[in-house]
Amino acid sequence: MQRESAIREPLILGHKTYKDITDDVVGPIMGPAPLGWKIMITISSIIAIYGIGSILYLIGTGIGVWGLNKTVGWAWDITNFVWWVGIGHAGTLISAVLLLFRQKWRMAINRSAEAMTIFAVIMAAVFPGIHMGRIWLAYYAFPLPNQFGSIWVNFNSPLLWDVFAISTYFSVSLVFWYVGLIPDFATIRDRMVKPLPKKIYGILSFGWSGRAKHWNRFEELSLVLAGIATPLVFSVHSIVSMDFATSIIPGWHTTIFPPYFVSGAVFSGFAMVQTLLLVMRKAYKLEDYIHIKHVEYMNIVIIVTGSIVGVAYLTELFISWYSGVEYESYAFINRFSGPYSIAYWTMMTCNVISPQLFWFKKIRRSFVATFILSIVVNIGMWFERYVIIVTSLHRDYLPSSWGEFIPTATDVGIFIGTLGIFLTLFLTFTRFFPVLALNELKTILKSSGESYKNEQVK
Amino acid sequence: MEFKFEGRAKLITQVLMALGLVALVGGYLTDHSDHHQRWWANLLVNGFFYFSLSLAALFFYALQYITESAWSVVIKRFFEAMLGFLPYGAAVIVIVLLAGQFHIHHLYHWMDTTLYHEFMTVDGGVSTYFDKEVAGAVKNPNYDSIIAAKGAYFSTWFFWLRTFIYLFTFLVFAKLFRKWSLQEDEIGGVELHFKVFRRSALFMVFFAYFSSTLSWDWLMSIDPHWFSTLYGWYLFSGMWVGMIIFTHVTILWLKSKGYFEEITESHMHDLGKWMFAISMLWSYLFFSQFMLIWYSNIPEEVTYYVSRIFTDYKVPFVTMFLINFVVPFLVLISRDTKRNPAFLLPVAFLIFIGHFTDVYLLVIPGTMFNHNVFGLFEIGLFLGFLGLFINRTLTTLSKAPLIAKNHPLLQESKDLHY
Repeated sequence: MQRESAIREPLILGHKTYKDITDDVVGPIMGPAPLGWKIMITISSIIAIYGIGSILYLIGTGIGVWGLNKTVGWAWDITNFVWWVGIGHAGTLISAVLLLFRQKWRMAINRSAEAMTIFAVIMAAVFPGIHMGRIWLAYYAFPLPNQFGSIWVNFNSPLLWDVFAISTYFSVSLVFWYVGLIPDFATIRDRMVKPLPKKIYGILSFGWSGRAKHWNRFEELSLVLAGIATPLVFSVHSIVSMDFATSIIPGWHTTIFPPYFVSGAVFSGFAMVQTLLLVMRKAYKLEDYIHIKHVEYMNIVIIVTGSIVGVAYLTELFISWYSGVEYESYAFINRFSGPYSIAYWTMMTCNVISPQLFWFKKIRRSFVATFILSIVVNIGMWFERYVIIVTSLHRDYLPSSWGEFIPTATDVGIFIGTLGIFLTLFLTFTRFFPVLALNELKTILKSSGESYKNEQVK
Repeated sequence: MEFKFEGRAKLITQVLMALGLVALVGGYLTDHSDHHQRWWANLLVNGFFYFSLSLAALFFYALQYITESAWSVVIKRFFEAMLGFLPYGAAVIVIVLLAGQFHIHHLYHWMDTTLYHEFMTVDGGVSTYFDKEVAGAVKNPNYDSIIAAKGAYFSTWFFWLRTFIYLFTFLVFAKLFRKWSLQEDEIGGVELHFKVFRRSALFMVFFAYFSSTLSWDWLMSIDPHWFSTLYGWYLFSGMWVGMIIFTHVTILWLKSKGYFEEITESHMHDLGKWMFAISMLWSYLFFSQFMLIWYSNIPEEVTYYVSRIFTDYKVPFVTMFLINFVVPFLVLISRDTKRNPAFLLPVAFLIFIGHFTDVYLLVIPGTMFNHNVFGLFEIGLFLGFLGLFINRTLTTLSKAPLIAKNHPLLQESKDLHY
């Protein structure tokens, strides 16, 4: 077994045995639902229902009920789409990229982060669907055989690349997540006494027996899936950025977009992971598994990606001047001093300045500060997309075509509604699924568990 | 264990350096291009390429600290060794820039001071330039409104201040990292380790900005009308691959001589993974920049690729991308090839030249246009710089024990087994 250096902080606090880990993770699933959970799922379901209602109203009436107009033909719909896809980046990054980098701290957070990813991608997929107006024709987005006459997808369009990128990403993330769940479902199955849940978990675990051969295949498959998932983490948001960057609209067309969008996505994804996990660890008493060191590591990821985003903002700003192209320069001057300057400065403050607070160890290692800043970052990242999309569109080349975007109640309702659906899905997950990768955690107990490490030091 | 730099290896590097010197002198004498443009352009290509390898080593060194990585601890001294070239690379860059400043060559069109003023008076062969129309003034035929608009950024003092700050910062950090590393061997403990950890984070802040701005200043400005926001990151990924290739190949050689026994196949595998991963990162960034510019096809930007793809540079340009992307992708994707020098070495040599060609094609089309010459001079200079780089690296390597014995993660690094 590998000896872990004494300077590394333990990843599992207290004295735990293998049985304790199982008890801590499976316990909440076996017991009755706690009151807090019931209250939260009621609230989020009500919001979700309101959102579904708004969506149905939109589909029934047409997208004229959004605040879009001839000049700003894309606003909250695509903003929300990009925001949700971005959030859906952290999970796969944690489970795939951090697996390749052998980061053991990922084991405490990968399961719930990936669940969050899957739900966020589902929320993202809602928007391209409903913004077609006639959702019953959504299958036109796929290159289906030519039975529909001469209408065919446009392979030159990044929007089509998006269809492929996101559906691939979603499938791989789902498979990756599910493969990880199999041994843990088996553990729950073995614990369950009630016959029906036992049967259900038995089916979900695909008859996992825990044989060495099973583990061997499990590990190989995980590694292969991680290898496939890693380029997908890059491709999805790169292609999302190309929805904008391939056009020649000032403020959209810039070559830094692909990597900068990826970094921004990871940034917002980690912020959302923090928001959810800081609540979850308390509610499910997982403080020994997801503790301050995990939060600190995630905060470091947030500083790094936030700073990359900051460098990209400044690069864009500088090059818009350096280029000498007056449309480019105007687009950026208008961003920080035009009618949407509040959105711009909100974005700057939340995304560039606020994460810099994590340079202070006290703030980086504080649950309260992290929770507040994680929400600040998510607000900032929503505004980033809003700034990019709406401010670049509202000034057309012809001043007579200049416009303004004002969201309607349906815009707001659908956005808030997706938050409700997302939370409902996540809460359901925490109730019925093993929220920690318990079998994986057991593999690091003896090397990174606090009590074992300390004995080693003696 | 200490490395001894002597015998045949040392002789070979010296022969390469002598070859480079011959190329340098012979190239200058035989270069009949205006202002010895070809000679200076190639000096910049080589100076920057090898400087960037050293710089990437500095970056990677700091990266290992801030990520608390253990696997690389046994290789740490080699990264330090590559820093030995940093001052030499910096000197070459300064010489090229200074020569440009004094109009000895014309690599940087924007260094021509006559471009910035709209009006001029000619009085008995003496031209005086004005920004506003004055009595008797005529339009300045050299005036370039696009470059003039960048005047604030390209003003002499500001340009030199930036160049000085970059080089100063890098050299100071390189010196300090080395100093602390050697100190740790003496005193041990973890305090110094955490100090380097914090300083590495600080270095990263500087590096994040400077790696972009220096590439705009020294290379992107060669095509002074052109701009690309991704340029800096793209260059950064290129230097990173080059450095990893050099590390991998040289360590394989050192191991074959019996040094670095602590570095096992697992470590080499990890380096191979980096070679693969950063090759893919480079390809991704190359493609992002290229595709977006090609797709939108606007004259402000597309000229850059037009002058590389619809000219004599077509074959090297396309081949360079294909080699740097396809070869590592197909060969290095497998675990076994990353562990097998018989597969890895040919790929490494090929893409090392590929990434040199990348830098070559950043500089040459904008300086030699469509009358470039490629000959013995270019090959000789490349080999000469290679010799100097290896020589400096191995000399620095021989000055300290190969393993940093008091590094707190050393044991983990030795235990690495995957």
